[in-house]
Amino acid sequence: MEMTGAEITIRCLQEEGVEYLFGYPGGAVLHIYDAIFQQDKVKHILVRHEQAAVHAADGYARSSDKVGVALVTSGPGLTNAVTGIATAYLDSIPMVVISGQVPTFAIGEDAFQEVDAVGITRPCVKHNFLVKDVKDIASTLKKAFYLAKSGRPGPVLVDIPKDVSSHRTEFVYPATVNIRSYHPKGKGDSQQIRQAAQMLLEAKRPMIYAGGGVVLASAASQLTELVQLLGFPCTNTLMGLGGYPANDKQFVGMLGMHGTYEANMAMQHCDVLVAIGARFDDRVIGNVEHFAQIPRKIIHIDIDPSSIAKRVKVDVPIVGDLKLVLDELLTVLRSSRQKPDVTEMANWWKQIEEWRVIGGGLRYKNSSEIIKPQFVIETLHKITGGDAFVTSDVGQHQMWAAQYYKFNHPRRWINSGGLGTMGFGLPAAMGVQLKHPGETVACVTGEGSIQMNIQELSTCKQHRLPIKVLSLNNGYLGMVRQWQEFFHGNRFSESYMDALPDFVKLAEAYGHVGIRIDKPCDVEPAMQEAFARKNDLVFMDFRTDPTENVFPMVPGGKGLSEVVLSEDL
Amino acid sequence: MRHIISLLMENEAGALSRVSGLFSARGYNIESLTVAPTEDGTLSRMTIVTHGSDAVIEQITKQLDKLIDVVSVMDLSEGEHIERELMLVKTRAEGDAREELKRLTDIFRGRILDVSEHTYTIELTGARVKLDSFIEAIGRDLILETVRTGASGIGRGNRILSL
Repeated sequence: MEMTGAEITIRCLQEEGVEYLFGYPGGAVLHIYDAIFQQDKVKHILVRHEQAAVHAADGYARSSDKVGVALVTSGPGLTNAVTGIATAYLDSIPMVVISGQVPTFAIGEDAFQEVDAVGITRPCVKHNFLVKDVKDIASTLKKAFYLAKSGRPGPVLVDIPKDVSSHRTEFVYPATVNIRSYHPKGKGDSQQIRQAAQMLLEAKRPMIYAGGGVVLASAASQLTELVQLLGFPCTNTLMGLGGYPANDKQFVGMLGMHGTYEANMAMQHCDVLVAIGARFDDRVIGNVEHFAQIPRKIIHIDIDPSSIAKRVKVDVPIVGDLKLVLDELLTVLRSSRQKPDVTEMANWWKQIEEWRVIGGGLRYKNSSEIIKPQFVIETLHKITGGDAFVTSDVGQHQMWAAQYYKFNHPRRWINSGGLGTMGFGLPAAMGVQLKHPGETVACVTGEGSIQMNIQELSTCKQHRLPIKVLSLNNGYLGMVRQWQEFFHGNRFSESYMDALPDFVKLAEAYGHVGIRIDKPCDVEPAMQEAFARKNDLVFMDFRTDPTENVFPMVPGGKGLSEVVLSEDL
Repeated sequence: MRHIISLLMENEAGALSRVSGLFSARGYNIESLTVAPTEDGTLSRMTIVTHGSDAVIEQITKQLDKLIDVVSVMDLSEGEHIERELMLVKTRAEGDAREELKRLTDIFRGRILDVSEHTYTIELTGARVKLDSFIEAIGRDLILETVRTGASGIGRGNRILSL
């Protein structure tokens, strides 16, 4: 049967099992919106800004193992989406973004709402396509979903000119996809895996460092098994939190700029390091030269060869799907008669325990006068039983959420790690809540970040999303203020947020519930009340200590052991 | 160190900009870049001359390989290979210089393609160094314009870049 390009587009989404399409209509996508109207399998979620559509699709993808899908119009629709696309790209999130384009005959004529979508997004997508013929829509979308999900995941853009979406052709959805230039690796090299196993068994001061790749590859159970089989310490990156249960004693906490003392010291002083789905980025290992001062053997397991040996030299590179590689590594280790040296391991753990004591754990001085932001996160953990989906924006609140909400399961911690996109938290929470309708979804944010996409409170109302927003309102762009205090002589240039709205009234204006919390003793009761409201979005405006800083801190450009533990504790 | 990287890619609109965009986005050097379709019209063959440490070159080849349109990548400099570049030079050719230029062109195995009352247009093929030496030999004063294609490269013997 002949169908229009628009109908084909939506049929493809149905074939891919897409539940939700996050989008915003406009001229170039009118045919596609007409096709959406005439079916009810793919549910469209109308956002209030295209950036939010992409973040919502992103949150949906991060909290499940599915591809997030967004639809935007040409020109400003696409440019608004770019921040969302780049956010997904930096964190390797599987996503398909469909954008409308001006008709093929108008391309290049500076037509109304025309931008070169493929050109603008090229550096921040895994791949992109401009579909010039209606006959190519189905095969292109098939490829787009395959590319987004396979190998190292990432966003794929499909740009469809308006005339292409109105032309007609037979609909055939390809059963398989073959891209001759693209062959992501499955299994890792067996010889390399055996070599890695041997190196691990002979290690005296081993360390397991796991990143977001473990979460993306759904390999958290394999990681947990590996860590527990070997009895080694394990750290997670910001993106990897939940990849290993935070309540386990072998977990030494998050590492990096705001990581625990013991995680960073163990990272610096280990003799064998295995990196799993992590990329040694600047926020994780700090100064590369400083990191390289102490020799250690490095085993690096990753799906993307270009992540290996990018910033540090690697002794045993293993390219492959983490799940398959870890399964094979576990098999080799289990069948080996050799076990890690008991004495060496006891000594190493003794050393780590000493670092734990020196670091003093994550700590802050609580107050009965003023709300400490860390206390809010601890209370959130308590009230939700540590089992909520937590999205965050970017800044101090993000770091406190990462430090103090102990994630025991993967895909529960949803944050923009690579790009650091303020405004991510609320729209991401919408995607998470839609994917997990009965579950508790908390958005930890600040008064700065929330205002970057606050219009989405309207989307939440329309689609009845009972997200709990916890805004740590200290009246400052906190992380900027912290850096200005430490590195710019207390000159708080433009980091003070004057003329803030009344967030309670604002929440109410959008039809939600707003609560303002000023005193530490009200934190828990307010949260009890908020989380008891199962069907309402509740906006909690916590007035927190504006002078609080995030510790520990490895200052930018410093080495992992050059950590500042605290101000006065 | 100077490296010659050869790659096969899908002959599709925008493929070239994916490669050139990668180089500028990641701050890699490009000395020259040549591209044209192969005997199989669906494929383009590209030769990129670049500079960098071993670590940088390793990243360049990995990043190129990661581009979805790129079918295969080879660092020709890792083994025996042939490098050729075509140059067209227009020179002033008057008086005694006419004979001298013709002689030099013969020595460098070039050809004079076009002759006018005051100029020669000379064609020369070879590795970069040879073309550089020719320019030195005739002297910059005589040169009116030069056009160089940038290097094309191919592996020797059994070193073959194919699907």
